[in-house]
Amino acid sequence: MTENLVIVGGGQAAAQAIASLRALGFPGRIVLIGEEPVPPYQRPPLSKKYLSGEWGLDRVLLKADAFYAEMKVETRLASRAEAIDRQAGRVRAGSESFPYDKLLIATGSRVRRLACPGAELPGIHHLRTLSDVDAIRPALTAGARLAVIGGGYIGLEVAAVAKGLGCAVTVIEMGERCLNRVVAPQVSAFFETVHRQAGVEIAVNARVTACEGKGRLERIVCASGRAIEADVAVVGIGILPNQEIAQQAGLAVDNGIMVDEFALTSDPAIAAAGDCANFPSALYGRRIRLESVQNAIEQGKAAAAALAGRPARYHDVPWFWSDQYDLKLQIAGLNQGYDRVVVRGDMGARKFAAFYLKAGRLIAVDAVNAPAEYMTCLKQLIPAGAEIAPERLADMSVSMKEIAASTR
Amino acid sequence: MDARNKSEPDWGRNTGAGELAKITYIEFTGKEHTVDVAPGLSVMEGAVKNMIPGIDADCGGACACATCHVYIDPAWREKVGGPSDMEETMLDFAEDVAPNSRLSCQIKVTPELDGLIVRMPNSQH
Repeated sequence: MTENLVIVGGGQAAAQAIASLRALGFPGRIVLIGEEPVPPYQRPPLSKKYLSGEWGLDRVLLKADAFYAEMKVETRLASRAEAIDRQAGRVRAGSESFPYDKLLIATGSRVRRLACPGAELPGIHHLRTLSDVDAIRPALTAGARLAVIGGGYIGLEVAAVAKGLGCAVTVIEMGERCLNRVVAPQVSAFFETVHRQAGVEIAVNARVTACEGKGRLERIVCASGRAIEADVAVVGIGILPNQEIAQQAGLAVDNGIMVDEFALTSDPAIAAAGDCANFPSALYGRRIRLESVQNAIEQGKAAAAALAGRPARYHDVPWFWSDQYDLKLQIAGLNQGYDRVVVRGDMGARKFAAFYLKAGRLIAVDAVNAPAEYMTCLKQLIPAGAEIAPERLADMSVSMKEIAASTR
Repeated sequence: MDARNKSEPDWGRNTGAGELAKITYIEFTGKEHTVDVAPGLSVMEGAVKNMIPGIDADCGGACACATCHVYIDPAWREKVGGPSDMEETMLDFAEDVAPNSRLSCQIKVTPELDGLIVRMPNSQH
């Protein structure tokens, strides 16, 4: 009796799960139901090389077109899964209904939409999908006035690309600094300086209250009353997990679809992976939901292993990266709850690492053009919860290799 | 003869100029795959787009994960060249690194690399 495995969602986690399932020898039928009209693709380039035009669609796709046939996967693209009937063991998508013995929910996330008067004006774009970016790119012409709403990673990456294309850019951030709540104040200050030096205007403590224009965007109005003239706006104010389909099926959800360390939901036949999943982190001693490529990949692997009957714990150190101008920001670990930041290197030279400590232990690092600091933390110091004297971390005459050696 | 449409901007994509490079990827098991790769792609992309196992490329080519590690065949080392400082540091943390190791996402395919041979390590993680 052939087992039926259905994957709801067509993104990074889904693509990884397919590869992992077949590598584990899963012999059953696999059906992929993806909302978007294209096969799984990489999202990071959407605010980087795909936005700038340097990369086309062919380079953004995660797998060769032949991959899905090779893996004996039936794909239903441009197909939104509407409901999961756990009693009947079926997934409904449009007029079709797919039986399942095993199910992977990898529905990812959707953008938080700007909600103010005028938010629907032509010229205002959210950035999440290929088609979003296909609509944004033509508007980023030399001299165009771009308003970036949201000073997070997406906003700052878009600002950097747009500046490279010759736009006049203003970043409008609601909080007191860019990358608010994700990096330490000195790291925010660093990135704000980099952008300002590139000619980007950054407005913080600026809450958008309205978008105005006759038939299309002409200006963004803030709570202070300040009006920012703009020809085009890109909104990057966060994403929300697509957990509703799980919730409606009676699965436990709380800041994502709740899974255990094997990526399994409260139903042993159903796994969840990627942006949509909330899981227990042994490293951090709490439940978390991560929005990253690394999480989608590793959880996709764990979900595949669980559904193939060979469960494997997902317990990796989170990592992340952001490319802005010629800077490579590499992040390892999660810094929430830090009580001390130690900077190693030279911020002025744009080559430094900011280490985050909690009760003396290293929990995360933000590294700018500092790969040794990043990799040593990712591979050795963070998993070990290493205790290192702050003075030593900051001391460039001591190599990261020596620091790692002395903590064993 | 460059067959590209000269009025179109060169975004760095393969615009049909021909001159594909034949690259041989050898798995750790010894199994060989020889494929044509368009100039402008990375050696890593040549493997991924041809479904050749042994290169993970988690970060998609951003030099952020060191899971696209390959060994350059000795005969090709000079032509391929060495790593940048950033790549070299990332490589330090890959598995079973050797003097002829490179991160394949950082090697740009050109017609000059036609015939290139690379070998994959036992594991990328």
